Amino acid sequence: MKEMIAKIVSLITDNQVYRSIFRHGYPTTDANRALIMFSSVILHLHPVRVRRGALKIRFTWCLGGLTFFFFVMLAITGVFLMFYYVPDTRRAYNDIKDLGTVVYFGSLFRNMHRWSAHAMVLSVWLHMTRVFMTGSYKPPREFNWVVGVILLVLTLVLSWTGYLLPWDQLALWAVTVGSKMAEAAPLLGNAGPFGPEIGMTPENDIRFVLLGGTVVGQSALLRFYVLHCLALPLVSAVLMAVHFWRIRKDGFSGPL
Amino acid sequence: MEISALIKNEAEKTRSPEDTVLVWPNLVYIELISILVATASLLFLSIISPAPLEELASADTTPNPTKAPWYFLGLQELLVYFDPWLAGVVLPTMIIIGLIIIPYVDPNPNGKGYYTFSERKFSVAGFSFGLGLWYILIVIGVWTRGLDWSWYWPWSDWHVHMSVTAVKLVDLELIFENMFGLPKEPLVTLGRYGITVANLITWVFFLGYYAVGFTVPFLLFRNFYNKLGLIRYNLVMFFFLSMSGVMLKMLLRLTFNIKYLVVTPWFKI
Repeated sequence: MKEMIAKIVSLITDNQVYRSIFRHGYPTTDANRALIMFSSVILHLHPVRVRRGALKIRFTWCLGGLTFFFFVMLAITGVFLMFYYVPDTRRAYNDIKDLGTVVYFGSLFRNMHRWSAHAMVLSVWLHMTRVFMTGSYKPPREFNWVVGVILLVLTLVLSWTGYLLPWDQLALWAVTVGSKMAEAAPLLGNAGPFGPEIGMTPENDIRFVLLGGTVVGQSALLRFYVLHCLALPLVSAVLMAVHFWRIRKDGFSGPL
Repeated sequence: MEISALIKNEAEKTRSPEDTVLVWPNLVYIELISILVATASLLFLSIISPAPLEELASADTTPNPTKAPWYFLGLQELLVYFDPWLAGVVLPTMIIIGLIIIPYVDPNPNGKGYYTFSERKFSVAGFSFGLGLWYILIVIGVWTRGLDWSWYWPWSDWHVHMSVTAVKLVDLELIFENMFGLPKEPLVTLGRYGITVANLITWVFFLGYYAVGFTVPFLLFRNFYNKLGLIRYNLVMFFFLSMSGVMLKMLLRLTFNIKYLVVTPWFKI
C-alpha cells in the first residue's frame, strides 16, 4: 500500500510540468520550508523566519492579516455581485432584489459582502488600536503608520460608496447625509465658511464634484459604482502592497 | 539604504536562530486557522442576519431619522453640538491629520513592541480618551437616537415622537450681554461683521482656552516640554486641546444650553 502511494506521488511530482510549477518538495524539511517562501508569490509576503514573540496571538490578535483577508473576501464576493448588478437608477434596486430571490446563492454572497465590509471597518480600527498600544509605529516604522491611516480612510470611503449601490431608502439618505457634509466644507462647499465668498454655488462646489450633480441621482450612482468597484480597490491594493512590503522589510516590532 | 547596510540589517534579523522560528509551519498555520474561523463567522452572521433592503430610493419621502452608516454615526452625533462644517469636515480632517502625525510627535523610545501603560502614560491615555469618545458617540448614534434625532432608551416607544421639552439654546455672546448689560451696538464693523463687546469677550474665552492650555503644561511640566521640543509640543497640545475642546463644548451645551461659543457672519463655533 505504502509503495503504491509512493508510486502515485512520484508519478504526479516526477515530471516536467509539476516541477515547473513547484520548484521544491512539500515543505516538510527546513530547506523546503525556506524555499517555499522564496518561490511562492503569496507566501513571500512573509520572511523565512520570524521572531517567536511576534507569533503570540495576544500580541497581534491577527488583526492586520484578518483585515487583508476581509479585503480579499470582499473582492471575491464583489466580483460575483458585479455580474448581476447594473448601476442604473431604474434597475439597480431590482437587481439587488433579484440577488435575494432568483440568483442562486445571491443573497449569501450579498450578505457575505456586507458582513465582510462591516468586519473590515472594525478590524482596521482594532488593528490600529493594537499598533498604537504596542508602540509599533515608532522608528523605523513611522511611515508605515501613515500608509495605514490612508488605508483606514480608503476603507471607510470604500464602505460608504458601497452603501449607495442598492438604491433603497437606506442608501439614498445615508449618502444624502454624507454629501450634506461636503456642502458645508470650508472654502470648497457652497454652504461652508467662506465658500460663497469665493464663488461656490451648488453647481460648482465639492458636493457637485462628488455627486456629479446637485442631487443624489444617476450620476452619483455611477460615480460611486466606479469608485467602489474599480478606483478605490486599485488604490487600496497598491497601498496594501507598500504596507506589507515595509512590514516584510522592517519585521514585526514584537518582543525580543 | 546602501546594499552593505541592507545585508547587515538582514543578517541581524536572522542572527539568533534560537529566538526565531520558521514561518512555515508556525505562522502560516496560525493564519490558516484565523482565516477559517473568520470565514465561519462571516457565514454564520450572513445566515442569521441578512443584509437589509428597504423601499426603493425616493427623494419624496425623507426617513426620520436619516442615519449615516454606523461607522460615521459618531460624526453625525457631533452634528447635535457643532455645525456641519466642523462636525463633518474640519473635525474628521483633524482626526486624520492627528493620527498621521502621531509617530512624528512621539519621541519616547520606550514601549516599542509590547503593551505598556506605565512607560508611556500620556500617549496611551490621550489615545484612549479619543478612542473612547469616538466609540461612545457611535453607540449613542446607533442605539439611542430615534425620531427627530431625539434620545430614545431601549424601552422607549420608538414610534412616538418625544415630547419636545422647550430647551432654549442661547449663544455665549447673548449670555454675556444679558449678564453684564453690555451694549448691543457693535464697537467695530468689518463688512457684515458687527463686533460687539460681548462678541469680543467670547473670542477672548475661546482663544484663551488654547492660550491657557498651551501655557500651563509649559510652566508646570517643563520636563514634558523639553522632551518634545517646540514644534512637537505645539502640535501635540493643539490636537490634544482640540480633542478635549470637543468634549468641553458638548458639556457646555448639555449643562448650560449654549449653542455657539463664537459667532461670526461666516462661521459659528
